[in-house]
Amino acid sequence: MKYDVAVIGAGVVGSLITRELSKYNIKVALLERANDCAMGATKANSAIVHAGFDAKPGSLKAKLNVRGVELMKVACEELNVPLKNIGAYVVAFSEEEIPHLQELLERGKENGVPGLEIVYRDELVKREPNIGDSAVAALYAPTSSIVCPYELTIAGLENAVTNGAEFLRNCEVKAIEQNSDSFTLETTLGEIEAGIVINAAGVHSGKVAEMIGDTSIEIKPRRGDYYLLDKSQGALAFSTIFQCPTKMGKGVLVSPTVDGNLIVGPSAIEHDDGDNVETTAEGLESVYNSAIKSIPAVSLRNAITSFSGNRAHCTADDFIIGSSEKNKKFINVAGIESPGLSSAPAIAEMVSGIVTELLGSVEKKSAFNPNRPAPVRFREMTSNQRAKLVEKNKAYGRIICRCETITEGEIIDAIHAPAGARDVDGVKRRTRAGMGRCQGGFCGSKVVEILARELNVPVNTITKFGGKSEIMYDKTK
Amino acid sequence: MLNYDLVVVGGGPAGMAAALQAKEEGVEKIVILERAETLGGILEQCIHTGFGLHYFGEELSGPEYAGRFIAEVEKTDIDVYTDTMVLDVSKDNVVTAVNNKDGLIQIKAIAVVLAMGCRERPRGALSIAGSRPAGVMTAGTAQKYVNIDGYMPGKKVVILGSGDIGLIMARRMTLEGAEVKVVCELMPYSGGLKRNIVQCLDDFGIPLRLSCTVIATHGKERLEGVTIANVDEKLKPIPGTEQYIECDTLLLSVGLIPENELSNGVGIELDRVTGGPVVDEYRETLHKGIFACGNVLQVHDLVDYVTEESKIAGKGAANYIFGKKQGGTFINTKGINGVRYIVPQRVNIENKEDVKLYFRVGQVYKGAKVVVECDGNILSSKKKVMLAPGEMENVKITPEMLKNMNENSEITVRIEE
Amino acid sequence: MKKNLICVSCPLGCPIEVEIENGEILSVTGNTCKRGDKYARDELTNPVRSLTTTVKLIGGALPVVPVKSSKPVPKEKMFQCMKLINEASIEAPVKIGDVVIKDILGSGADIVVTNNDNGK
Repeated sequence: MKYDVAVIGAGVVGSLITRELSKYNIKVALLERANDCAMGATKANSAIVHAGFDAKPGSLKAKLNVRGVELMKVACEELNVPLKNIGAYVVAFSEEEIPHLQELLERGKENGVPGLEIVYRDELVKREPNIGDSAVAALYAPTSSIVCPYELTIAGLENAVTNGAEFLRNCEVKAIEQNSDSFTLETTLGEIEAGIVINAAGVHSGKVAEMIGDTSIEIKPRRGDYYLLDKSQGALAFSTIFQCPTKMGKGVLVSPTVDGNLIVGPSAIEHDDGDNVETTAEGLESVYNSAIKSIPAVSLRNAITSFSGNRAHCTADDFIIGSSEKNKKFINVAGIESPGLSSAPAIAEMVSGIVTELLGSVEKKSAFNPNRPAPVRFREMTSNQRAKLVEKNKAYGRIICRCETITEGEIIDAIHAPAGARDVDGVKRRTRAGMGRCQGGFCGSKVVEILARELNVPVNTITKFGGKSEIMYDKTK
Repeated sequence: MLNYDLVVVGGGPAGMAAALQAKEEGVEKIVILERAETLGGILEQCIHTGFGLHYFGEELSGPEYAGRFIAEVEKTDIDVYTDTMVLDVSKDNVVTAVNNKDGLIQIKAIAVVLAMGCRERPRGALSIAGSRPAGVMTAGTAQKYVNIDGYMPGKKVVILGSGDIGLIMARRMTLEGAEVKVVCELMPYSGGLKRNIVQCLDDFGIPLRLSCTVIATHGKERLEGVTIANVDEKLKPIPGTEQYIECDTLLLSVGLIPENELSNGVGIELDRVTGGPVVDEYRETLHKGIFACGNVLQVHDLVDYVTEESKIAGKGAANYIFGKKQGGTFINTKGINGVRYIVPQRVNIENKEDVKLYFRVGQVYKGAKVVVECDGNILSSKKKVMLAPGEMENVKITPEMLKNMNENSEITVRIEE
Repeated sequence: MKKNLICVSCPLGCPIEVEIENGEILSVTGNTCKRGDKYARDELTNPVRSLTTTVKLIGGALPVVPVKSSKPVPKEKMFQCMKLINEASIEAPVKIGDVVIKDILGSGADIVVTNNDNGK
């Protein structure tokens, strides 16, 4: 297999880079070691499109965050991904913290963030009635938004594949050989040759860079634990509620999600194993204890799940984006921690610029279609729309996930979409089947059945998320 | 828009009994809407015996118990839609459902019986730390895999929660060749029936560890082990008691939650303790013409009681349809001192039939008395050898007792040691 | 000598006390009904249990169909029974009461189908 460009890592960054590159008449492949995209930091983060007041002025983080906010609107519109501009507050819980808000306000202005203002308790309580008693003031950022990071990744990848890019799943890069004018990637799917390699391997980007002898990237994974609360709790906050940031990151936030749940987290624990996403009792407890400072009504009785993710924190303390010193055709996109999601569309734009410059003359695809059709969402339809839909295709009349009202038709769509779902969690991320209160208790086995039928494989080969995550073993009889 | 006298939401034991009773009372147009492919509800996967001893006087398996009602339904002109999901019940009793044959169905009903059953509490509600691998599932999900789909969901099993489903699955998995390493129970007592501890655990030498819980799961892809620990009186894990147990499957049997999403949609008032609607002695909710019975109303221990309750609801619905709804004065019932809740929560004092008040206790009592009182008068007092949270109890209120009550009366049920 | 048992005959689960002397049962107390008495005596001499499982169904709507022993089988023969049942199969359509294995292991119990399956 031979490509002009091989992108390593199908997180939100890799997916959007691949989409950008699919605008050109070049052969692009996105290599992912897991069974699906969005399987690393992308699937477990705060899901915030930050306004951009937090990053140090002049840094890549600051520049790409602010540019990313602009591009995010366009990308979400083209890709039909819900983006909700709900605003954010950074809350000061004592008079001593107010200067910190001032500092953020100034920094934000320098970064070019519009509309920032400091509001005091009376006004804050009017806007966020559930805010904690000790909140004295807050920095309000009206341009802060929320987006579902894996939905954005999936949509971007679908669009990239529609426009000719290839998605290679279960394709782990083991070693990279540098040829005179290309690379040979040794992968679990065999050898892959590429003219340009883009290293978007998240917590593993240091390891991937080392494959060409580049030791400049040092990733220190930071694990963050989260709680997701039931939709009944989604209105406890109307905007994203931050606390004053610390050295370890933006601290614990409480925020509605685009689907109407409430997300609470993260903790910040530095450790060595970027693949370890085990939550700890201490981590979860610290999240809860911080969260009730912001919103005292947060109750774990309403938690529907808890999870953790690793941010790819880099000792350089800024994004590392650009050609490796070892080989200019090897482009590192590393250290993408917060505001990585917010910056992702801008990172894609920047990397695409580097690639096209390296390639010299490269033509734009005339047939490029920037739009990804919105998937059918039965739960959001009116009765009339539902009736018409089912009349056209009966599969939309069979409800599989009862908690979230997801139909068989939507699951079939998710499986047969470009770069579609191959496992139960893949269906869940694309359709929300199994994401409700019962967490797949009822629909899990039906989703397995549908996957097996649509992919024409035995049911006991269907996994939760690839690898050895099998759900059923042998037949009993 | 279709028109029916009675729409029954759910074709499990509750829905079928309610529909059959309404039919017997003379209701003409009845429809049962069932989301699964067949009638029978959760009984279809409960292949063990122990059902029907009270109602049929013999011990049946789940499918056999359900089968008797399915056969009865088939003999009547009750319409049945299977594989049909109810999406909404409106305030004026219009039921909207969907399936893949008829599409979107809208039915105007005079009365509605809610019989959606309950679901299992999932892992998220427990906040167990650790990884999120495959192999962690509710006991009921595993039961479906084994008994309906015919696949083993694991080989080395730890079970958290000693409710009946957990105990039954310990035996079921063992019989099919799995090794059940331990059943952990957070409380100092089991929530399951005593006989299930004997014949599902003791018979196979499976240890039951009381006051013990799973604090973490391990393994990146498939579950590789769990850490268990003893808990103190406040149910908090005791440091130093942690123990790693190698396993590929963790089954959760940690409680059932009535499925009241549709009830919430109508705005029906729910009881905070039962999680089910507040009802009167005919199981009518506070929304006129909408009744509830079975596990959607309160989680039952025995299906026999579900049947009994659902027949009452069926009769209530029939009365409502025939306009025989009695007026009158409703008074509240209240569980105190060890009685966690009472169903029904309200009783019409002009009622002419015996009313059974169902309740559960909050802890194990030996040799305690169940005392029923109203306005300072002891209505009944009965000594019980044993009272346990896992078992439903009931006391009888006669029309005679109700006679002297007024709108300010309140019936209380309590435990006296 | 006294021995305490929990009766498994029905969901009531009566706590039973059996008084034994020289291998002879002198009294059975604590049971609510006569099934408890029989259970206690059986349990001390020849313990038996109801067996429920599934058997392979050929051409059914579902791949397996539930079965039970028509009467309790000796407790120590449960796994032997399981082995025989796991090797057996039955063809759809089946209905409640159909016999899959007659007089399993000479126990006098039949293995009978406990659900209906009209086939695909």
